[in-house]
Amino acid sequence: MLSYIVKRFGMGVLTIWFIATATFVAMHLVPGNPLAQEKAVNPVIRANLEKQYGLDKPVTTQYIIYITNMLHGDFGISYTQENRFVKDIISEHFPVSAELGLLSLFFATLGGVLFGAITALSRNRWPDHLIMVFVILGVSVPNFVFAALGQLLILKLNGWTGTTILPIAGWDGFGSMLMPSLVLGLSTMAYLTRLMRATMLEVAGTDYIRTARAKGLSTTRIFLSHQLRNAIMPVITVLGPAIAIITTGGFVVESVFTIPGLGRYFVQAVQQLDYTVIMGTTVFFGAFLVLMVIVADILYGFVDPRIRVEAGR
Amino acid sequence: MTSFTPKPEDFALLAQRPSLHHLQRPSMSYWQDAWRRLRRDPKASVSLYLIIALFMITLFGPLLWRVEPAREDLDVISYPPGLRIPALIVTDPVQWPGVHADPAALVPADPNSTQSLAATTTIRVEGEATTQYVRLTWQPVAGAATYLVYRNDHTPEAAGDLGLPLFQTLSAEELSFEDRLQLKPQDYWYTVIASDGVEEASVVTTMKVPVQRALTVSQARERGLDATPGQIVSLGAHPFGTDTLGRDILARVMQGGRVSLFIGIVAPLLFVFMGTVYGGISGYFGGTIDAVMMRVTDFLVALPFLLFMILFRIAFGIGPGESGIVPMMIALVLLSWENTARLVRGQVLQLREEAYVQAALLLGAKPLYLIFRHMIPNTIGPLLVNLTFSIPMAIFTEAFLSFIGMGVAPPTSSWGSMSNDGIKTMVNTPHELLFPALFISVTVLAFNLLGDGLRDALDSRMRSRE
Repeated sequence: MLSYIVKRFGMGVLTIWFIATATFVAMHLVPGNPLAQEKAVNPVIRANLEKQYGLDKPVTTQYIIYITNMLHGDFGISYTQENRFVKDIISEHFPVSAELGLLSLFFATLGGVLFGAITALSRNRWPDHLIMVFVILGVSVPNFVFAALGQLLILKLNGWTGTTILPIAGWDGFGSMLMPSLVLGLSTMAYLTRLMRATMLEVAGTDYIRTARAKGLSTTRIFLSHQLRNAIMPVITVLGPAIAIITTGGFVVESVFTIPGLGRYFVQAVQQLDYTVIMGTTVFFGAFLVLMVIVADILYGFVDPRIRVEAGR
Repeated sequence: MTSFTPKPEDFALLAQRPSLHHLQRPSMSYWQDAWRRLRRDPKASVSLYLIIALFMITLFGPLLWRVEPAREDLDVISYPPGLRIPALIVTDPVQWPGVHADPAALVPADPNSTQSLAATTTIRVEGEATTQYVRLTWQPVAGAATYLVYRNDHTPEAAGDLGLPLFQTLSAEELSFEDRLQLKPQDYWYTVIASDGVEEASVVTTMKVPVQRALTVSQARERGLDATPGQIVSLGAHPFGTDTLGRDILARVMQGGRVSLFIGIVAPLLFVFMGTVYGGISGYFGGTIDAVMMRVTDFLVALPFLLFMILFRIAFGIGPGESGIVPMMIALVLLSWENTARLVRGQVLQLREEAYVQAALLLGAKPLYLIFRHMIPNTIGPLLVNLTFSIPMAIFTEAFLSFIGMGVAPPTSSWGSMSNDGIKTMVNTPHELLFPALFISVTVLAFNLLGDGLRDALDSRMRSRE
């Protein structure tokens, strides 16, 4: 198990290095310059600016500086807000995104497992059909539409009752987190429901369920300690990649609900062409996702003994 | 004992029963069989028809609905879906002198009076209240030095809900006001408050004024409409309504559909092809080549996809607000082929070991024969399913990028960029968001259901289960 974890982390570090390099290459080996503007800039000013950002050095030196700085957690200074370090921007805005992401992941997992179990238990009856309609809608409607509808729903609710049941936008307290995280978790919930339903049905046909039934165990007992426990396994593996979907989906939800998270800041940086922020955020998000996938894999190894055996070989 | 000697007459020729000789099912090729199964799946066949209909609408719709998608019509801004937009023709407005009271008839303010001013009485609308102008007159109030005019665009919710302060008269003699400020064809609530210069009257009069859409004679002539004053004309049909710039949403949805569907179909075709070649090579050669090639895809999976889409665009030197369909496609193709590559590799690796492929090899089959006779036909089914599921992904990606302003830019529209515009005004005019969002959802839904159906139909094991 230990060698498995070490191997997995080694691959992870390599992947993060690849992401950093790809980001660097994408930003440097193509025509165009971050300091290129419509206005003609005085050559002296230009040279000074290039010096400040280290753009006067050869590309290889720039690359070494870039990687070295990144190892120290230094992503440079924002191009548009010259007194702010990118790492400060990340450490200020990321906790908000993480909160939003975790909460929506919680809703998505809870809903996915619950609805998946319900559909599998009531196969081909009306609860199954109803939930599957919602599932197919959940993967077919873009998340900005859900975000807009969610906001509209809050607006109408507040209008009908005459009080502020939930705030429409912003990030202050649990009330403001509820709708954004529900909206954000929706597509993942749909996906998990589908997955859960498939594995539940698969497990239901296995020999050990038949044996349990033959032993005379109660349906609840079979469901809880045999069917659910085994069916929930694949759900854990997709939780890592699900975080990726949720963080990128967060861009839209954070923009619509004006949540001061890193996703919204990234969208703003993109619109202002703030190169260092874009690069820093990309590498940071990439590293975060790689880490999450590794954590999910290791967790899965702990839960499922078969993986441990496979990895030990 | 009786004996029976058969005679030739005892024998009769039985009629042939041909059904006995045709017990097996009719011979069907793999594709015929898959097609038959797909047609039997109601969800998949409805989706297929829906997709064909969507293509027809976006391809041929603009030929039938000849409204320029970029044409702005500021007279019908954010108009809800309607086939007829009535408008009254009015004469070109001339300077309105307004209503002035005779100074001698006015009751001047009494500086000693502690009594509050009376309410303004009898507000009247002079002429027709139209989007061209609303002319208000009122009766003088004793002791007033000036009058304030407010306009509300919704039913007053509370006593103090007066709305927008529009105007204050310069003197007590002025008893009229002409409102020409961005009038829309809806109900307005006008309030006129008398003021003695220090304090405002505590009681106010509010009047509801329904405002009618109107064109002046010269505006009507410009549009080539019947320019008789008093006539009610129609300003053209907008089945899906208009947006905030008065552009026809139906025309824009069809034009935007061309962009969205183009990206949604062409990009997946390209990256599925790329993935097939890559995965095919990797699987066919195997060994070290395979190991190295698959490591590369491992890295590619780890890339934060949407961030790199945006990074690519910026790298191509295309800033926000500029249209970049080609870079978007290149980025999509470069970043999305890995899924297909894995699928094809797995399939090829498995097929290589199949007995019939081994047999063909023993019989001296050339690699090209193997690839075209065995590998491709056996891979194309899963590939088709993969392609169908890639299309919603590409459409979503385009919509997302256009939504955050990194996709197509005006005057080009796509469903994503239209949704982005519509979301800003969704409370008052939801139709601006509804139609583009509906088209994205229906398209993605249809491709998802078709993909599900195809997966079942192309799975030849399903045949034995029937």
